[in-house]
Amino acid sequence: MAEEKPNAADASKPTIEVAPSPHLSNTALTTRRMMLDVIIALVPVLIMAVWVFKWYAVLQVGLCVLACLAAEYLLACKLRGRPSSLGDLSAAVTGVILGLSLPWSAPWYVAVIASFAAIGLGKVVFGGVGMNIFNPAMVGRAFVMISFSVALGSGAYVMTGGMEVVSQATPLTAGKMEAAVVELWPLFVGNVNGSLGETSAIACLLGGIFLMVRRTASWEIPASLIATVVVLAGGAQLAGIFPNLTVAHHLLGGSLLFGAFFIATDPVSSPMTIKGKFIYGAGTGAAIMVIRLFSGYPEGVMFAVLLMNGLVPLINNWTVPVPFGGPVPERK
Amino acid sequence: MSTTTSRRVKLTFPRGVHPPERKELAEARLIEVIASPKKVAVPLLQHLGAPCEAVVKTRDMVETGDLLGSSEAFVSAPVHSPIAGKVIKAGVCTLPNGRHVPTVPVKADGDQLEGDALWDAILGGDWPTEGLDSHTPEAIIQAVRDAGIVGMGGAAFPTHVKLTRNDAKPIDTLLINGCECEPYLTADDQLMRQAPGPIIAGAKLAARAAGAERVIVGIETNKPDALAAIRSAAAGTGVEVMEVKTKYPQGGEKQLILATLGRTVPTGGLPLDIGVVVSNVASAAAIAGAVLRGRPLTHRVLTVTGKGIAEPKNLLVPIGITYGEILDACGGLTPDAVRVVAGGPMMGFSIGNLETPITKGSSGILALTRDEVRQAPETNCVRCGRCVDACPLNLVPTKIALASRHGDWDLAKKYHAQACMECGCCALQCPASIPLVQLIRVGKAALSV
Repeated sequence: MAEEKPNAADASKPTIEVAPSPHLSNTALTTRRMMLDVIIALVPVLIMAVWVFKWYAVLQVGLCVLACLAAEYLLACKLRGRPSSLGDLSAAVTGVILGLSLPWSAPWYVAVIASFAAIGLGKVVFGGVGMNIFNPAMVGRAFVMISFSVALGSGAYVMTGGMEVVSQATPLTAGKMEAAVVELWPLFVGNVNGSLGETSAIACLLGGIFLMVRRTASWEIPASLIATVVVLAGGAQLAGIFPNLTVAHHLLGGSLLFGAFFIATDPVSSPMTIKGKFIYGAGTGAAIMVIRLFSGYPEGVMFAVLLMNGLVPLINNWTVPVPFGGPVPERK
Repeated sequence: MSTTTSRRVKLTFPRGVHPPERKELAEARLIEVIASPKKVAVPLLQHLGAPCEAVVKTRDMVETGDLLGSSEAFVSAPVHSPIAGKVIKAGVCTLPNGRHVPTVPVKADGDQLEGDALWDAILGGDWPTEGLDSHTPEAIIQAVRDAGIVGMGGAAFPTHVKLTRNDAKPIDTLLINGCECEPYLTADDQLMRQAPGPIIAGAKLAARAAGAERVIVGIETNKPDALAAIRSAAAGTGVEVMEVKTKYPQGGEKQLILATLGRTVPTGGLPLDIGVVVSNVASAAAIAGAVLRGRPLTHRVLTVTGKGIAEPKNLLVPIGITYGEILDACGGLTPDAVRVVAGGPMMGFSIGNLETPITKGSSGILALTRDEVRQAPETNCVRCGRCVDACPLNLVPTKIALASRHGDWDLAKKYHAQACMECGCCALQCPASIPLVQLIRVGKAALSV
């Protein structure tokens, strides 16, 4: 873009370039910064995960992050012959979210295979960062959920003779399958069993609020998702379906808050317009409740998100906004 | 004055962005009258509409204000000489927007109106606010046309066309745009502070011509001195002053109409479709000069600023002087200047030839250094939606840009590419540094064929 002036040899005369407008840019705001925001927002969740699950949390998350970075390097860079894209931190974020969505007991090969599936099938085949339709972490988790159903089934979370917290079933499993009465305060703080990131509602809330304040995540998706869950869970309670799982249980239990703030808000796989985001959030909330109430699974966030991801191109199509002043008139 | 403003309701429009203002470089500089140049080259097309044809021949002698070129077409504006001298051989210039236009060069000869005398003639002295109705609308419009007045906010639309009454579309409000929402620019701000008289007089004359009952001057909150000056000059004249929230692009006419009147200009339409006419403060001052003093539009105020110029200034310059001469009058470019922009940083044109002459619509010259324009390398769009949040026209810039990149004109049309006003809000916010505006321009150009 620089045009060399004839007297470029004269150091005191400036070399003027020509470029299209705008001539200002907001350099503080980069994609990398947005990814860093997500990692910072996940710190409370990571702290709670380590506090509850101790060494297992460190191992699982660390393994997933390393495997995702390796997968990104081998598949996105080496295989496609592109320069290294590890610096944009998107693979690291996928690794952290994937790690936090696995149970503490998943074997190392499950974590590694999940990471390669997440990056390879969830991102690289679509063309890399920004091109994927499905949330990569969820693609990886779905892949291993189906392939290693025992390692990720409800039984995987429970182990007798180990830490006290893992001697019981996860709250939603307990409430749904065993009709047990589940206490709410432990759900809020995080002293329960579950996948690594979903246990502490307060940590997810803190991280989520940070992301919304920074405008890295839109508030429309968590708001519509949570509102829909409240309405449907309230309806379910009134109808007497799983009566010991109240609205509060649905909100604080399972990975609802983790999913609402960190998974559903992934910008690449969610709609771009405000109307679209509301539709997407509501649809995801509805799908989560349908799976929780009427399917064999105790938890529905992962499948709900993947289902809605598939609908996002359609949602984008439906919600093309009308320009201010009306649509462009047809030329006579 | 400042205590009451904080309690006023801040009028504004949805979305938009807050770029760094950077007005402190030039905002305190009083307007200087540049030394009369030895030569000017007056372009025959400096406005939207039909180009002028020269009415003078080589070696003709002209006085300040003499007609140099005119056109029979309705949508056109004549051009006049800003200096006294001899017409020399016709030339061609490339305007900042890329058009090649013929020029009428005049070489200075004889006594020139300069310095304070020039200022007093154009903008100084007393300006009446009473008895302006004695001028008939037809007389006002004829004077405006004869003076070659065009929109001096940048669009350069012939003002007499805007003010001509159309019985099918009556005008009820005249809006005077004193927002100057682009960063760096301070010319309108200083003009309002130093010459509020002709602005108010011109506003009233324009309203008389167009038949508007209401006259409103819209000024952003970041110009408290201009607000005070205009309020004081407008006191008792019936001209209203509305303070609007400082946001880019508040000075866009659609956004200003929405903020002050709550009305929406239809896409592809004009403000006159909803009964409004919008004019820049400098245009208003020029109207007053034309009607009350018979002065054609020969000079304008502009800002020279940026870290790449030795002495930022606000200058009163003659039309037709070159960019290079103006930069020299401000101490010249610094060694680390990398870009010279005609206009503001959001929508201005980057120029490559400093011999380009100033036109009636040139509102500023920016000399920018590398860290003022720093642009990170482009990365993939992650569909974050910040461009959607920023677009004041409610578009989806990233989709239009994607469509343009791949030549999918149907997709670009579906996302209303032609409604885009290229304000730059989207590109400013993009975390991936995608050249959204340039891509959308490609789409608009393809769709307009």
